[in-house]
Amino acid sequence: MKSIIAEDLVKSYDKGTVRALDGLNLDVEEGTVLGVLGPNGAGKTTTVRILSTLLRPDSGRATVAGIDVIKNPEKVREVIGLSGQYAAVDEILTGYDNLVMFGQLYHLGKKNSVIRANELLERFGLTDAATRPIKTYSGGMRRRLDLAASLIVKPKVLFLDEPTTGLDPRGRQDMWGVIEDLVKEGVTLLLTTQYLEEADQLADEIAVIDTGKVIARGTSDALKKQVGGERLEVVVESQHVARTLEIVTTVAGITPSFDEGIRQISAPVSTGSKALLDVLKSLDEAGIHPLDIGLKRPSLDDVFLSLTGHSAEAKEEAK
Amino acid sequence: MSAFQDTLIITQRQLRLLTRVPEVLIFSTIQPVMFVLLFRYVFGGSIDTGQPGGYVQLLMPGIFVQTVAFTLAGTASGLAEDMKKGLIDRFRSLPISQSALVVGRTLGDSLLNIVVLLVMGIAGYAVGWRPSSGAGNVALGFLFLLLFGYALSWVGALVGLSASDARVVQNVSFIVTFPLTFLSNAFAPTTGMPRALQYFAEWNPVSTMVAACRELFGLENQFGATAGSFPSEHPLTTSLIYIVIIMAIFIPLSLRRYRNASN
Repeated sequence: MKSIIAEDLVKSYDKGTVRALDGLNLDVEEGTVLGVLGPNGAGKTTTVRILSTLLRPDSGRATVAGIDVIKNPEKVREVIGLSGQYAAVDEILTGYDNLVMFGQLYHLGKKNSVIRANELLERFGLTDAATRPIKTYSGGMRRRLDLAASLIVKPKVLFLDEPTTGLDPRGRQDMWGVIEDLVKEGVTLLLTTQYLEEADQLADEIAVIDTGKVIARGTSDALKKQVGGERLEVVVESQHVARTLEIVTTVAGITPSFDEGIRQISAPVSTGSKALLDVLKSLDEAGIHPLDIGLKRPSLDDVFLSLTGHSAEAKEEAK
Repeated sequence: MSAFQDTLIITQRQLRLLTRVPEVLIFSTIQPVMFVLLFRYVFGGSIDTGQPGGYVQLLMPGIFVQTVAFTLAGTASGLAEDMKKGLIDRFRSLPISQSALVVGRTLGDSLLNIVVLLVMGIAGYAVGWRPSSGAGNVALGFLFLLLFGYALSWVGALVGLSASDARVVQNVSFIVTFPLTFLSNAFAPTTGMPRALQYFAEWNPVSTMVAACRELFGLENQFGATAGSFPSEHPLTTSLIYIVIIMAIFIPLSLRRYRNASN
């Protein structure tokens, strides 16, 4: 069963001059994770805002857990959780106060709100910080509290809009762990991100969006296949570069490219790990020990580049 | 029923904010008390009121009205801040009454006004303010002030929810409230103003509120240009009409703005 369906969503801003969504279609199977990947301004946040009832589309149709988001927004709100780009919690109140307040707003009653708040604080490793105002929290702690607030009543469908944007690597790792645990519990998740790595890590399926439309859809592997096969990459010390180039040429049957700065030789290979073994064996016979060697599958960055003709980052800078 | 509970929870949140940042309460009361003292001792000596008890009797209603008028700025900046922080999005994605956040905020701001008015009343008493109309009328006067503050709080709600930037809100609120409170009979007789301003001051809701409070506190009111006009003859009625009009316009507009907050 599809937990989320969006059909032909169109949304313009500023009296039609900016078309944020231009006939966007997507669906998410119950209990799976869809990563919506795209650069800034692609329409990710607009999509989430429409699906979470905050925004009405100009045209199109959408259902969440089988409920029409335009006709029955108040019913949709009962089954969703939303955690946005900004940590939407009260900065002056403590973590505990925030969660109790949201619990009460979900009509859990004071007593159950307190119990639930403590459970969530414990679960997200915030018990020690519970009585501190949010403004003293680190970025990662804020995001975790924000996520906790969206889980007060276990949602059927969870929307996470760029959950790790602006976090340091440690905060990002923590957040990924938390999200992976949630997914194991069976929540349907729509996650937007501009980090290719993040979609790869968390999502079952990825929808790549650009200028308000889904331009590609599939598993991370399928998308990568679309871009092309594997590459063999090997880094050696400078005195061994010439010999290594010869070996890789023999194995790959094609002249490898050579990045002088990082002394990396790379070439597309069709035989996968066999090519890797062959190169290693020849290098060993020649007495060369590579500093680094591996088979690299194309990154989602490559996917984006080949789908849109521009890289995700480049577009961002152009804006 | 649940809409009512939701609203109370939001109001509670706001009161909790006051306990977490007591400076807000302290400065919201220090400022009007400072005005009482400044006006009382700076202008008090040079303005001849022709009223028993001196300038402070006329001044206090003026400062009361000015203070509750600033509720507009309080509500506006509070809501603008919530918008900026994404809190409004969070509230709007919850299965709660879609008016709770704004209603709760305006009620919370009015509760703050009760405290502020109380402190000001005490400060006024200390510098010679003596309402002569009896406890009932004085209480009615304060109730009236709260009601006026509540109405303006809804104007602030619309300003706060419409602002593109929280920093603009303070300026906009200031530009709206400051001239309104000074182009009035609050601090000085309007008779000294140019004729056109006298008319404006006369129909200014701040003036009618001040006049109404003066009446309720047992003073004769003084009006400028057109003595005998409707607002000067019936300040209470006129003020009440203004309050009703302000609410009738700004409550639905603000609620609609809230529901479409991100459109």
